[in-house]
Amino acid sequence: MIGGLFIYNHKGEVLISRVYRDDIGRNAVDAFRVKIIHSRQPIRSPVTNMARTSFFHIKRNNVWLAAVSKQNVNAAMVFEFLNKMVLVMNSYFGKITEENIKNNFVLIYELLDELLDFGYPQNTDTGIMKTYITQASVKSQSKEETAQITSQVTGQIGWRREGIKYRRNELFLDVLENVNLLMSPQGQVLSAHVAGRIVMKSYLSGMPECKFGINDKVIMDSRGKTGIDETPKPAAGGKMSIAIDDCQFHQCVKLNKFETEHSISFIPPDGEYELMKYRTTKDISLPFRVIPLVREVGKSKMEVKVVVKSSFKSNLLAQKVEVRVPTPLNTSGVQVLCMKGKAKYKSSENAIVWKIKRMGGLKECQLSAEIELLNTSDRKKWTRPPISMNFEVPFAPSGFKVRYLKVFESKLNYSDHDVIKWVRYIGRSGLYETRC
Amino acid sequence: MPARLGVSLLLFKPFGHNSSLGKTKGFTADMTDSKYFTTTKKGELFELKAELNSEKRDLKKDAIKKVIASMTVGKDVSQLFPDVVNCGQTDDLELKKLVYLYLINYAKSQPGLLTLMAVNTFDKDTRHPNPLIRALAVRTMGCIRVDETTDYFAEPLKKCLKDEDPYVRKTAAVSVAKLHDINSDLVEEQGFLELLQDLLSDSNPMVVANAVAAISEIKASSSKAHDLLSFSQTMINKLLTALNECTEWGQVFILDCVAGYHPKDERDAQSIIERVTPRLAHANAAVVLSAVKVIMRLLDVLPESSDFVTNLVKKLSAPLVTLLSAEPEIQYIALRNIALIIQRRPDILKHELKVFFVKYNDPIYVKLEKLDIMIRLTNQSNISQTLAELKEYATEVDVDFVRRSVRAIGRCAIKVDVAAERCVSTLLDLIQTKVNYVVQEAIVVIKDIFRKYPNKYESVIGTLCECLDTLDEPEARASIIWIIGEYAERIDNAAELLETFLDSFHDENSQVQLQILTAIVKLFLTKPSDGQDLVQQVLSMSTQESENPDLRDRGYIYWRLLSTSPQAAKEVVLAEKPVISERTDSIESDLLSELISNIGTLASVYHKPLSSFVDGAAYRPTRPLTQQPSSELAEEDVTTPIPNANPAPTTPVGGDLLIGDLLSLSIPSAAPAAAPPNQQSSSTVDLLGGGLSDLLGGGITPAPTNTQPSSSMSSGLDDLLGGFGGPPAASSAPATPLVKEPTQQVWLASDKGKGLEVRGSFVRKHGQVCMELTLSNSSMQQLSGFAIQFNKNSFGLVPASALKVNPISAGSTCTASLPLHTTGTVQRMNPITNLQVAIKNNVDVFYFATQIPMQCLFADDGLMEKKAYLTTWKDIPASNEVQSSVSGINASPELLEEKLKNFNIFTVAKRNIDGHDMLYQSVKLSNGIWCLIEVTCQPSNSTVQVSLKSRVTEVYPPMQKALEEVLRS
Repeated sequence: MIGGLFIYNHKGEVLISRVYRDDIGRNAVDAFRVKIIHSRQPIRSPVTNMARTSFFHIKRNNVWLAAVSKQNVNAAMVFEFLNKMVLVMNSYFGKITEENIKNNFVLIYELLDELLDFGYPQNTDTGIMKTYITQASVKSQSKEETAQITSQVTGQIGWRREGIKYRRNELFLDVLENVNLLMSPQGQVLSAHVAGRIVMKSYLSGMPECKFGINDKVIMDSRGKTGIDETPKPAAGGKMSIAIDDCQFHQCVKLNKFETEHSISFIPPDGEYELMKYRTTKDISLPFRVIPLVREVGKSKMEVKVVVKSSFKSNLLAQKVEVRVPTPLNTSGVQVLCMKGKAKYKSSENAIVWKIKRMGGLKECQLSAEIELLNTSDRKKWTRPPISMNFEVPFAPSGFKVRYLKVFESKLNYSDHDVIKWVRYIGRSGLYETRC
Repeated sequence: MPARLGVSLLLFKPFGHNSSLGKTKGFTADMTDSKYFTTTKKGELFELKAELNSEKRDLKKDAIKKVIASMTVGKDVSQLFPDVVNCGQTDDLELKKLVYLYLINYAKSQPGLLTLMAVNTFDKDTRHPNPLIRALAVRTMGCIRVDETTDYFAEPLKKCLKDEDPYVRKTAAVSVAKLHDINSDLVEEQGFLELLQDLLSDSNPMVVANAVAAISEIKASSSKAHDLLSFSQTMINKLLTALNECTEWGQVFILDCVAGYHPKDERDAQSIIERVTPRLAHANAAVVLSAVKVIMRLLDVLPESSDFVTNLVKKLSAPLVTLLSAEPEIQYIALRNIALIIQRRPDILKHELKVFFVKYNDPIYVKLEKLDIMIRLTNQSNISQTLAELKEYATEVDVDFVRRSVRAIGRCAIKVDVAAERCVSTLLDLIQTKVNYVVQEAIVVIKDIFRKYPNKYESVIGTLCECLDTLDEPEARASIIWIIGEYAERIDNAAELLETFLDSFHDENSQVQLQILTAIVKLFLTKPSDGQDLVQQVLSMSTQESENPDLRDRGYIYWRLLSTSPQAAKEVVLAEKPVISERTDSIESDLLSELISNIGTLASVYHKPLSSFVDGAAYRPTRPLTQQPSSELAEEDVTTPIPNANPAPTTPVGGDLLIGDLLSLSIPSAAPAAAPPNQQSSSTVDLLGGGLSDLLGGGITPAPTNTQPSSSMSSGLDDLLGGFGGPPAASSAPATPLVKEPTQQVWLASDKGKGLEVRGSFVRKHGQVCMELTLSNSSMQQLSGFAIQFNKNSFGLVPASALKVNPISAGSTCTASLPLHTTGTVQRMNPITNLQVAIKNNVDVFYFATQIPMQCLFADDGLMEKKAYLTTWKDIPASNEVQSSVSGINASPELLEEKLKNFNIFTVAKRNIDGHDMLYQSVKLSNGIWCLIEVTCQPSNSTVQVSLKSRVTEVYPPMQKALEEVLRS
């Protein structure tokens, strides 16, 4: 299991060091600094074995988090844990920075004591952690209080405490999708997928049981067959159902029920959390297409023409549209011309950045640029990195629809109808690239 | 005392920040912990001590925080031990935690004190009404790894294992594993294992999960416990039920444990799989991979053709693909595991090629792994997509990635027959780019393609030959030469091309030299008229002018073949070559099974067996599941991609493999004894011209005076030796063979030795020269069957015994000391101290050259008679005297004399002239060369003058170096 955990600043100075096992000595701390942080070569793997000791690392804002082990640990678990630890620290004191770490080192030691025992990850749910690691001096709790804490930390529903009360029962659902695309210069889709997340903010009293309905093909089909559910209403203008390749659920979702009955039911954590992640690859409606035209005119000049076409409904508006056209390293000057938005050549980023604040559906914009090149002796060819795009659109490119979210709380006297529910769809660009 | 204190605690709020439950920010900068890092005053410890003993709680707490801060940055604050422990007597949980944190760090340094003070506190705390404090105590006790405390630990731990509060029980469960780590007998004898097993049936899922983790760890480390703690079918079922309610980590513990279970029968396996499958939809990658591990292992028990298996295999694809949208580090782990999974079951992911396309912004480690998997998934139906991608990658920035992409194109060509032509044309396109490393890499892979599809693509040779000039890497040069030799018949100007290579023959890497030799012989056999002159030249160059035994031996074989029977030569040299196949990087079947049972763990990331990176991993609880010896098993053997037992004459395409014709494949094993005897004797005469007699005849008897080597030769030698003046390590570390070991140098790098790294040094022990060797194995297999041989050398060094090295397992290192005799055949080397060594193991034969430090070779009988000394000194002309000075020697002449004598440099006479101390000394090298030395030193000056006289001038530079080292030792 994890033998020790170290946090370093960008210079390699130790900010936190917590050793869980005897086989990890102080020299391990130095070995990581010398061999990884101060390494001259770029790092070729997030896992390194030195002298039969394995080092796992992740980096956040110039802060290195390293886990060390001398055993054959579950590597996936170690990285998942490091990421989780970052989340926990985020929720306690915000961003992971050297200053924040130093300012909260006592808290971090306390957290590390609780998150890992003998190198085994324990409960890492922030909601629960905050019930008993508060940084306020621990009030002398009553016996009932401590019993409640311990049963929550270890309990079956480790993500929600009992006795939550709201005057107004409310929940927010955000369907957040990242569209990823890799397109050939000829406009052929090389690969495309949507990575979606359902983020839920729940402010519900008691221990409510929720049922979540979506337009996934498998779920809908099984409903159709068994006839348990009402027939799905065709979503206005959208597809009836979509094929979800794979989905993953928050801890709270009863996976067995999903496997056998294809229903998503759960008791939600309080506040904000990620209910579900999913991935689709079929029938994605790509919000934009980029058509590049790059012409090298002799050795000292290049002409670039980029056309961006939006292909969603004309009554919708895309926001924060940004197109990034990479330029060669030996660019000496650029003249850009665009009809819509603003385009600028940023020499520090070796790219023309073209920003369009808003863009309606079924529109077309064009940018043309003349790039002047310095004559260089460098024979290395320019590798033509892909043109990338950023945007935000108010729909789900995968066609994902929330059909219902029902709340049942038998003990308290509020019903599904009393809960105020909000749903929002946002489609963002992931890696949205067109080769040129 | 607790209740009242508790009330007073309410009044206290630490450093004033508002920390209600939900608030995340509000830690203002001026009032935070960072101030504890900045105290650097003198007398700090003293001050802290006072504060720790203060009555005020906030002062106390601040002081402890300062102590912890110092501890973190590595300052020693162990002196404060008693004061800090005193603070532990409190109900303040935060303060207690800090005290315990300190204890964990310093318990070892103060065991005596600890038993007295801390144990008492711990004991009290394990009976505290607050379960959080009970748990904290039991957790901390386990972290204090001092033998004296373990006895005090057992009773409270037992009590806590039965505590009413689940939080205490789950903490106690892990503590059993801690205690086992400190004192396994105690745990095994006092019934802790039974208590732990009871916890497996606990009503609380987290207690169960931690108990599983503890049991798994104890099982893995002790064979006795292993037998005690086997999981029954009912127990596994219980665990699978608990799975649904555990935290994500608990699920990982349970799944990892279930993966080690051997199912009773097919039904048992099937039902486990059914219960584990829902986990594939978990958000935590570790849960998903551990579930995959359970399924992959159990699949082996089920009949291959059943619908159940086919369906299951389909179900595994999607979750694996999803892992690729996680953080890059997790993607990396997933990719390394996918590489294993698809080697065992190629059907999984066979339609998912596209998801492994490399993204421009992927970290390099993700890119390289994706590339590898792409090739594994490539087949006839998707080859065009793969090729298009690879071509794209070949224009990227990262050199390593580009090279691997080009190589991947070659792998495609060899794997998918129908695509070979397209691959070749893609490679030709890449050659047109003229990017140097792309061209070189392309040529190397085209060579492999020619091997696989002979007589099909010769039309491209013209293009290849155009880039001859740009090739500067040995592998690329060797490849193009192989191609020219192979197709000499059809290349009009083959002779011309090869001749250009011959011009630079001696500057080439040995790999290239070997290829030139073979190619020219091939040319001669196919076009005798063109190759006549060249073949004579190359044979004499490789047999007479080369120091590389491999090259020389190959030259002799060709020479003899050609002179006895050209027909036979033809049959051997132009014989049909074995077929090559695409099984690059396939992992050997047993190892693959081991790795599959370790999916998700480090072993699966390194693709190495546990023993290669974990200490004491010999005990392996997870054996691969095998079915009863049935027909299916036999079938599987045939269908596995790694035909381990299949002796078909296929050779893998590997970068490091000699470009094979029959000769180069068979030569390594035969090398040491290859040269036929009559050739040998004639060559000895050839090679040891002029200087031999004086090397051998040295001696002191009135010697022939005409032995002075020609000036041109000695100047050439000087050049060579000048360059040799400062070879690595030995010169920087003064070698005193009798006292300390000289630093070992790398003689054979592991990339040249196919995973074997040889480091070594020479020492003189008890009058005998010894070669100290350190052999490290960085390959993935065990290395065994070591043997060593030396080439003839200037001092007649031969191993006095066989090299005694036990088989070296993967990843480990072994040392050996090899005594040497000086009774072997003498042949002058250039430089004179050069020693060529061949090391053989079960993989191959490796050659390397090294330098013997002269001081190891001084014989015990090196004291010359005074008279003889005088005559010899006079006999050797003054022009043969060399002088040098060694500065920075602060030793009396007596001390110097003693020092030199330790190295068998004997004083013949001593004189004092004009305040200069003169030492006249003699040295005899093991091959009989005498060397006379005159050492002059001055009491006032730290610089020592050394004059050397010998009949063999070649010994001067190494001799000077040796003397300098001896004097400085």
